[in-house]
Amino acid sequence: MSTLEARDLSCGYGRRRVLEALSLAARAGEVLVLLGPNGAGKTTLLRALARLLRPMHGSVLLYEEDIWELRADQVSRRVAIMPQTERRDWPLTVEESVRFGRVPHCGWLLPYRALDRRIVEEALGNMGLCAMRDRPITELSGGEWRRMIIARALAQEAGVLLLDEPTAGLDLKFQAEVLRLVRRLATERGLVVVLTLHDLNQASLYGHRLALLAEHSLAALGSPEDVVTEELISRTFGVSVTVTRHPVYGTPLVAPLADLL
Amino acid sequence: MKAPAITLGLLAAILVTSAVLSLGVGAVSIPAGRVMQILMEPSVSGAGAIDVTIVWELRLPRLLLASLIGGGLGAAGAGYQGLFRNPLADPFVIGASSGSALGATLAIVAGLRESVFGMGAVSAAALLGSLLAVAAAYGIASMGRQVSIPSLLLAGVAISSFIIALVSLLMFLNDEKLLTIFSWLMGSLSGRGWPVLGTTAPLVLAGGLTVWLQSRSLDSLTFGEETAVSLGLRLGRFRVLVVVAASLATAAGVAAGGIIGFVGLVSPHVARLLVGARHVLLIPASGLLGALLLLLADDLARTIAAPAELPVGVVTALLGSPFFLVLLKTHRRELGAMI
Repeated sequence: MSTLEARDLSCGYGRRRVLEALSLAARAGEVLVLLGPNGAGKTTLLRALARLLRPMHGSVLLYEEDIWELRADQVSRRVAIMPQTERRDWPLTVEESVRFGRVPHCGWLLPYRALDRRIVEEALGNMGLCAMRDRPITELSGGEWRRMIIARALAQEAGVLLLDEPTAGLDLKFQAEVLRLVRRLATERGLVVVLTLHDLNQASLYGHRLALLAEHSLAALGSPEDVVTEELISRTFGVSVTVTRHPVYGTPLVAPLADLL
Repeated sequence: MKAPAITLGLLAAILVTSAVLSLGVGAVSIPAGRVMQILMEPSVSGAGAIDVTIVWELRLPRLLLASLIGGGLGAAGAGYQGLFRNPLADPFVIGASSGSALGATLAIVAGLRESVFGMGAVSAAALLGSLLAVAAAYGIASMGRQVSIPSLLLAGVAISSFIIALVSLLMFLNDEKLLTIFSWLMGSLSGRGWPVLGTTAPLVLAGGLTVWLQSRSLDSLTFGEETAVSLGLRLGRFRVLVVVAASLATAAGVAAGGIIGFVGLVSPHVARLLVGARHVLLIPASGLLGALLLLLADDLARTIAAPAELPVGVVTALLGSPFFLVLLKTHRRELGAMI
């Protein structure tokens, strides 16, 4: 049984179709990385999987149930999403913001429980936010802000974790930290993790499977070795690359050819 | 206790003190000690005494009404500013004031005198008009499947302009009633007694409380609507709830006191400076400030030109605007950072 599945999914905005009849199943316990050029539909797919965008055709199944048969509050207990961008219109503190990850479990009215506080604490710790818990989110740097959003998604403790470019804007340390953490969560707790990345080398290192999106649909799906090939990458992204092996882990390593000489 | 909670307590204490003091203020002035005696032991102070009647029958209901209306406008303003994530939003932003103006004007022009549930015909018509205008704005904005906040704001503005034009037309055609209509439009608490309070209080309190119960949901909008939905917010239901509750509190106040501007716009901003952005504190603080502001404005309205009375809506704006401008200058950074 798949936990999260897109079946014959077509999505778009207004009349413009971004995804056309795409089928894809994410498995529990694995990190699935969505790759593809700008505008290929990675974010659109994530939003559809999170029930934030209504499909034009086809469906998204969460534990075999059509996600649109469920209410937002039901979905929020099972699916957490870290959007690529969001707003911060008024200054809640970092801790207050991360606590919102617990709302799916404790509701919009009742006070947070001891369990909620413990989980929030853990999420703050994981993202190195303990020292800045009382800072207003409006005063955080771009990277700190994104770490707050990841911490909030972690605190949600959902079975499905969707991350839209979780490493964008983060320094090298937290890029590795985030990817290592979500991979551990996937393997140890059996989470479904779907994320988008632009760095093909990171995707090969941390992803169990990669899905390459191009021209409104799936161009390739499989292990890093299957997907990150010179032929597929050069064709999809329209640049010449050469693919070697990571000196330590043996995963594919992409080097663009710059046409300098 | 945390600092914002203490601030909230202080605000409540200031409100109660001002209330007791203003019971002594007016055409006949009564010392504070005597006011306390009249309040605590009405039977001992002499049932027939003129000052007992003034306090119990004239000033107390009027003062309670001012606090209720101001409190309702303050709470509704905080709710609307949060819902619309817009610092310019106030309780009248989607048509509550223009609708009430049309209702009241129609009732005055038609010469209606019957009372409904203890409310005068003009008040009842204002209440109805106010709610209908908001419903019309919401209905029009939601015709294109999903309501978006900008479409709701624009629908509110369009509906308001249309209704105000109708009101102007009615005033133009009925110039013999111009003064009556005009004085209602400017807002007044003159001569309001206990019966009005009986209908206003439950509506304002129920509306204000319902908005307050949405505090955490309103807080979540800081992340934007999409993130709030991903955290489980049922957006449609939540929006309707806030709009209905805030409009009810507003409409009840407008029905009882006419159109009193500025209170609902400014109270949330001042409250935010005092207790921060979280709605669980912001909404009560804004309500208390609104109550205080209207209470003081009404004190001035009935004393400055005594025995004549000024329209209280004029006083709130005349007093409030300069105060807010000073605040804007001294606290520009803080005010700008919020919303």
